[in-house]
Amino acid sequence: MRIKKYRSMLYVPGNNPAMVQQATIYGADSVLLDLEDAIAPDEKDAARDLLRHHIPLLDRENCVLTVRVNGLDTPLGEQDVRAMVPLQLDAIRVPKVESAVAMQQLDALITELEREHGITQPVEIHAMIETARGVMNAADIATSTPRISALTFGAQDLLADLGLRRTDRAGLTFPRGQILMAAKAARLHVLDTPFIDIEDEDGLRASAEEAKSLGFTGKAVINPRQIDIVNQVFSPSPEEVTHAIRVVGSFNAHKAAGSGVFALDGKMVDRPVVEQAITVLRLADIDPATL
Amino acid sequence: MNSTLPQHIAGYGDVTPFQGSAAYLDRPIPPRVAAPTRRSTPHGSKQRSSLQAAIEACHPFDGMTVSFHHHLRVGDSVVMQTIELLAQMGIKDIRLAASSLTSAHEGLVPYLQNGTVTRIWTSGVRSGLGEAISAGQLATPVVIHSHGGRARAITTGELTIDLAVIAAASADEQGNCTGTVGPSAFGSIGYAQVDAQYARQTIVVSDTIVPYPCVPVSIPQTQIDHVVKVDAIGDVRKIASGSTRITKSPVDLLLARRVADVLHASQAMTPGFNFQLGSGGASLAVAKFLRPYLRDEQLKGGFLLGGIVAEAVALKQEGFFDAIVDVQSFDSAVATSMAEDPHHLEISADTYANPFNGGCMTDLVDICVLSALEVDTDFNVNVITGSQGVIMAASGGHSDTAFGAKLTVVVCPSFRGRVPTLVERVTTCVTPGEDIDLLVTERGICVNPRRPELEARLKAAHLPVVDIHTLKAKVDKLLGVPAPQRFNDRIVGVVQYRDGSVIDVIRQRRGA
Repeated sequence: MRIKKYRSMLYVPGNNPAMVQQATIYGADSVLLDLEDAIAPDEKDAARDLLRHHIPLLDRENCVLTVRVNGLDTPLGEQDVRAMVPLQLDAIRVPKVESAVAMQQLDALITELEREHGITQPVEIHAMIETARGVMNAADIATSTPRISALTFGAQDLLADLGLRRTDRAGLTFPRGQILMAAKAARLHVLDTPFIDIEDEDGLRASAEEAKSLGFTGKAVINPRQIDIVNQVFSPSPEEVTHAIRVVGSFNAHKAAGSGVFALDGKMVDRPVVEQAITVLRLADIDPATL
Repeated sequence: MNSTLPQHIAGYGDVTPFQGSAAYLDRPIPPRVAAPTRRSTPHGSKQRSSLQAAIEACHPFDGMTVSFHHHLRVGDSVVMQTIELLAQMGIKDIRLAASSLTSAHEGLVPYLQNGTVTRIWTSGVRSGLGEAISAGQLATPVVIHSHGGRARAITTGELTIDLAVIAAASADEQGNCTGTVGPSAFGSIGYAQVDAQYARQTIVVSDTIVPYPCVPVSIPQTQIDHVVKVDAIGDVRKIASGSTRITKSPVDLLLARRVADVLHASQAMTPGFNFQLGSGGASLAVAKFLRPYLRDEQLKGGFLLGGIVAEAVALKQEGFFDAIVDVQSFDSAVATSMAEDPHHLEISADTYANPFNGGCMTDLVDICVLSALEVDTDFNVNVITGSQGVIMAASGGHSDTAFGAKLTVVVCPSFRGRVPTLVERVTTCVTPGEDIDLLVTERGICVNPRRPELEARLKAAHLPVVDIHTLKAKVDKLLGVPAPQRFNDRIVGVVQYRDGSVIDVIRQRRGA
């Protein structure tokens, strides 16, 4: 799995200059500049222009930058992709993804744009699963192209697609699990849907802890005030960090001696355990190479 | 500091240029003027039938100086009641010496225009009155001083007060009065204590006359000549807001959390440290983010100083500080605390920040957190004029505390709207950069090169330290550089440093 921090992903409307220019300062691991649902139809062009102007000015040192484009089944989707890829984003987020073919077509378009604009750092794809058809095809979508680095779970649209009310959370149990498994099997990041009551800090923490316990790697947030809590929940504990340091340190020593498998505290340590430890270290801002 | 200062300013006088914030320590100590003597009739009453009757009893005259305090903030109505009466009496050429002026005093503008008020000495001017002065409608330059500078000016005789009008929350008929008790309680009356002591005549105005003696006595009867009961000293809702809510602004919260992180990493929070925290939502939030550090390290501070907010009272009540020292209260909860807690002390502006006494409280501060309208690349701070060059805020205790504190932190966003806060040269210098240690913004923390050890500590704590010129370049790239403001030659304001020297002048806006 490619390791980037995705504990928190801040949604920012792409048509609000004040919010866009401040998007990366709050400590979110990633920022999602939105051209889709947050933007009224007659604001779409203005939002795209705004992002085209502002993205090059954003301080991205510690923040993964993504843009949610409009659906690829609309003319706006391709226009968005053509406008955004040259800006050297980290990722394009695609809403309502339902098929592997659509992702492969997007991959081809991005490849063409990267070549055309001399972009050397590949632009990733985040596929947002938020329809019943997308849920059923999640495994195929996850493996459709190496460019996909994350699946994201969109609860609100899925509820609507399933004909459920906002309170019918039980109806999301299976789809959520299906998306999680698809992402895990493909070794992708998987991000949970936002918690929409920004005044309820306890509820947000509980929601994030539940998502973490299920295997989500992060959670979307809709207000900067939610970032700290989500980052805290998805950060490794001091005990986890200590253990990871020992695992990677021992691994490096054994590797130098030509051994890839060894025992630590009586338990076998092999490649997957080391990879997990490396993930923990990177989340704790520790460079595994220094151990 | 400012090479364009004239040697003489019409309507102000000869200029003593600012020579450095500590320069006053090497100069001869100015003499302290004597407080005026008074006499009163045995068993007489000082109560007058109306404010007009009280003013008439003071024999007002053209050219007099009338002083006020601003603890009633935007709820104040005493300033306007008094000036209106003086104008009706035909008094001209008044020098208005208010510890600060707020949006409640916009009604003064016609009195500038008709010659009733021709001079103003104050710490702050806001809204329409600031615009009028910036446009040249006051006959002479407004003199902006710090709170400590005002006390200095009064005690050294530079600012001689002919009549002090003191709004009190309750008073007795002999003039003992307080701000802490009564339906219009506003807390400390510290600025007025100096006025009462040095003014030639004094009037206490209150909506609540209590049986003798008024308890507690914040200003004693020995300094009061007349007492007046009025229907209202102002709008109670605006006097004591009762607001204790932490800001919800994400940027303010980010700044506040960063300030708390910086204070911790600076190692300035040592046992018994004395702290001045500003007012406003972001400052309340600093207290919120500071609390876990204090709790985790079982750290207890000495006193909290300054304009006191409810969050400061909470920190004291939770045992994080030993005492509160209060020259101005910002909340009704603060007034209650001061009335009930013997370790919540009311102090005068002289005790607070006068550089020429036996030891002011700002000289004992370890850490202060201050705001800014503008900061320049030499760390000079402007807290008085806005981006258009209009007078819109207050000097307050900014320069006093910045000088006294061991660690002075200025916190502000790097821009507001589309207007940069970080500039090449501040429009108006109020606090010199030599007294600022840190600038905390949402886009990085800048350390004054005078404090390399501090920079090392912050970097060791992995805080986002950035060179101030680099940060300015980043902000300029984001916003562009605004066109320079354009001013006429006419000076409309003189900014005094706390020692009485002139640190800057404010010129009339071109086109105004």
